[in-house]
Amino acid sequence: MSEMLQAIFSTSFAYSVLRVTTPLLFAALGGLVSDLAGVINIGLEGMMLAGAFAGVVVSAFTHSAFLGLVAAVASGVLMALILGYFSLKLKTDIILAGIALNLFASGGTVFLLYLVAHDKGVSTSLASKVLPQVTIPILDKIPVLGPIFSGHNVLVYVAMIAAVVVWYYLYRTPAGLRLRAVGENPNAADSVGISVHRVQFTALIISGILSGFGGAHLSMGYVSWFARDMTAGRGFIGLAAEALGGRTPVGTVLASVFFGIADALSNYLQSLSIPSEFIQAVPYALTVIALAVYARQQTRKRARLAKLSQNPEKKAA
Amino acid sequence: MDVLLEMKGIEKIYPNGVVANQGVDFSVAPGEIHALVGENGAGKTTLMKILFGLEQPEGGTITYKGKPLHIASPHVAIANGIGMVHQHFMLVPSLSIAENVVLGLEPKRGLSFDWKTAVSQTEELAARYNLPVNPTARVQDIPVGMRQKVEILKALMRGAELLVLDEPTAVLTPQETTELFAALKKLKSQGHTIIFISHKLREVKEISDRVTVMRAGRLIGVTDTATATERDISRMMVGRDVVLHVDKPPTTPGDAVLRVEGVRYVADTGKEVVKGVSFEVRAGEVLGIAGVEGNGQRELVEILTGLRKPSAGRVIAAGKNVTGKDCRAVRQAGVGHIPEDRMTHGVAGLGTIEENLIADRYDSKALNPRFLLSLKSVSELGKKLVKEFDIRTQSPKTPVKMLSGGNIQKVVVAREFSANPKLIVANQPTRGVDVGATEFIHKKLLENCAEGAGVLLISADLNEVMSLSHRLAVMYGGEIVAVFPNADEVTEEELGLYMLGVKRMKLAAGSEAS
Ligand SMILES: Nc1ncnc2c1ncn2[C@@H]1O[C@H](COP(=O)(O)OP(=O)(O)OP(=O)(O)O)[C@@H](O)[C@H]1O
Ligand SMILES: [Mg+2]
Repeated sequence: MSEMLQAIFSTSFAYSVLRVTTPLLFAALGGLVSDLAGVINIGLEGMMLAGAFAGVVVSAFTHSAFLGLVAAVASGVLMALILGYFSLKLKTDIILAGIALNLFASGGTVFLLYLVAHDKGVSTSLASKVLPQVTIPILDKIPVLGPIFSGHNVLVYVAMIAAVVVWYYLYRTPAGLRLRAVGENPNAADSVGISVHRVQFTALIISGILSGFGGAHLSMGYVSWFARDMTAGRGFIGLAAEALGGRTPVGTVLASVFFGIADALSNYLQSLSIPSEFIQAVPYALTVIALAVYARQQTRKRARLAKLSQNPEKKAA
Repeated sequence: MDVLLEMKGIEKIYPNGVVANQGVDFSVAPGEIHALVGENGAGKTTLMKILFGLEQPEGGTITYKGKPLHIASPHVAIANGIGMVHQHFMLVPSLSIAENVVLGLEPKRGLSFDWKTAVSQTEELAARYNLPVNPTARVQDIPVGMRQKVEILKALMRGAELLVLDEPTAVLTPQETTELFAALKKLKSQGHTIIFISHKLREVKEISDRVTVMRAGRLIGVTDTATATERDISRMMVGRDVVLHVDKPPTTPGDAVLRVEGVRYVADTGKEVVKGVSFEVRAGEVLGIAGVEGNGQRELVEILTGLRKPSAGRVIAAGKNVTGKDCRAVRQAGVGHIPEDRMTHGVAGLGTIEENLIADRYDSKALNPRFLLSLKSVSELGKKLVKEFDIRTQSPKTPVKMLSGGNIQKVVVAREFSANPKLIVANQPTRGVDVGATEFIHKKLLENCAEGAGVLLISADLNEVMSLSHRLAVMYGGEIVAVFPNADEVTEEELGLYMLGVKRMKLAAGSEAS
């Protein structure tokens, strides 16, 4: 047990938290942008999966990790365009379209995997590339911080930058203002000549780009293979993080880190003699618990406020 | 005379076959305030939507500043200096006033939104047109009157010279209306032209230079406001004489049908919006509650009708304790409700007139003789009520959404009154309703009252509360601050002082208004 604790309080644990948080953060930021524009993106999972797959295949055939990354992002965007076409243009229900997109991605990647790698499970027969690791010059010499923050693959840093960029975009640019206006009252935006469609399409595309990065991180970040359904619900956890974070960039980052810790924990706990299926369920269980606690707190807060302002009456009586 | 805008022979047929405009000619002179009036469904909003490019006409021409203009979309209208303030506001609640005003025309510094310039632009505009607002306040925190100013500023920001205001006063208090009119006069003096739609003829008389009257999609006539009386205008609108002032019959009230005891309500934000309100409504009387909107009336009404649970206090309707009970229990006790917002709590827009009429009695024995709903009884009931309550429609099977505001309100009134309630809670029952329908609703309210129902009437329209109520109370800051046992002995000015919180009566706790 003490070995366990030692492991958790080690720099390598913190390092792995950053690693596993990254795809969640990409998904959560993507979910945030589209949610604020008034289009709930249930298809994050499928977008990530498509990105993960395209990254592996293209990097294997071009022998270039960079081209693989480009392909991952492009396929995230392609998926977003499909979702946008069905939900915005043809007016199908966005939730149903999102679910369909996820199923399509799940089945489609396995099908294509079989075509290119002759395997329905993993792509190990393809010689795909891994994204470069980045050693941060001065930071990596500093004890504790160095081992935690330095030496990740490039997308970990891209995710951190993306969080800042998304915040800036949403709250400091005219486009972000329009996006939030569209999400809150599309009629208002329409009445001043803002094209609601265009803004929502843009939001979905941004969502697709971020998901593409998230997918690439999964299949090209530390491993060099794609496995069927390798996103394993991270798109949905991302959505949960965004909701838990109160639809704000800062909250979304914090919630993503929380889920990242849960995920990293489950990796560590596997060294104990507990059935691995149980441990793998930990992050998902924590997701449910966190959402329940959050909802409960909100209700409590309301009740407390109500009580507080009733007290004067009691005193008077 | 000079002409700024000339619409000629405008025809509009909606896809569902409703002919909303039929050969309408409409012209506006530069620098005038031009009132556009007509019954609900006369086609006023439609005509203005055509002018603003929101609807395309089937026929007719538009000449603006001497040139023919094809207004394909609001962009074209805005680019030509035409602005519109819609019947329903188009604002983003969580954004600040400044952000709402500049939305779509955001000032930039580098890549960033230039917040400082947005604020100063809004301030400048507000000062120039005498429409004072606090640019940094969020729209969700400001009262309706202020929101209206924001809408006007939004239009002016886009360079509107011709400003269309569709029923701008329907949601305003008398004070806010006065302020709005001052602002409109200022706009006029600076060379702007204004088209003003309203059902309140008093306002039309006060503010406009000329009036155009429409009825059933057609132009009836144009007159100079100065030479026409309210009566003349309403006769043109309705095609007959309208009783503008009702005479309520004297009453000898019976037992209490509603007792409210120390009701409090604390909002989610922790703010106490209803602070220990107590009163009684007796059978056969109308108790009016006057007050500037947003002083707890909405919450009080929702508590009385089962839409909200009070934080403290008791509500006894028709002898039954209904405190915290749901709508259904409250209705079964014999309470009818004409809600303030008919589209949210009054009707299901996509449902037919018939379906909406049976919404409170679909499970009654009369409509369910055996196992299933008898569609025959339903359509008989529908036909009967449509006739009795003069709901103007092609068929009782028309979706309610397709009706005009006044007719939607009649659907609500028909359902509530035909259920023979012991108590009717009527919240702003004639908001946005034309003179004919207003007259009708007032008549029905008093009829029910004479038959022994108690009526609680909440209205921001002083005329309405004063002329219908037997007793009057004033609500301010979540409390009842004044009670007048005889409504005829109060003046409008005096009520105004209580409504604004300048004066308040000493009322014995717990026995207020009883
Ligand atoms: N989008 C629409 N589709 C079909 N019919 C419509 C539509 N909008 C309005 N109508 C119908 O056209 C007619 C004219 O409506 P309009 O809204 O122009 O009346 P209005 O004069 O503005 O009435 P109010 O005083 O109630 O606002 C009404 O019969 C209405 O039911
Ligand atoms: Mg209208």
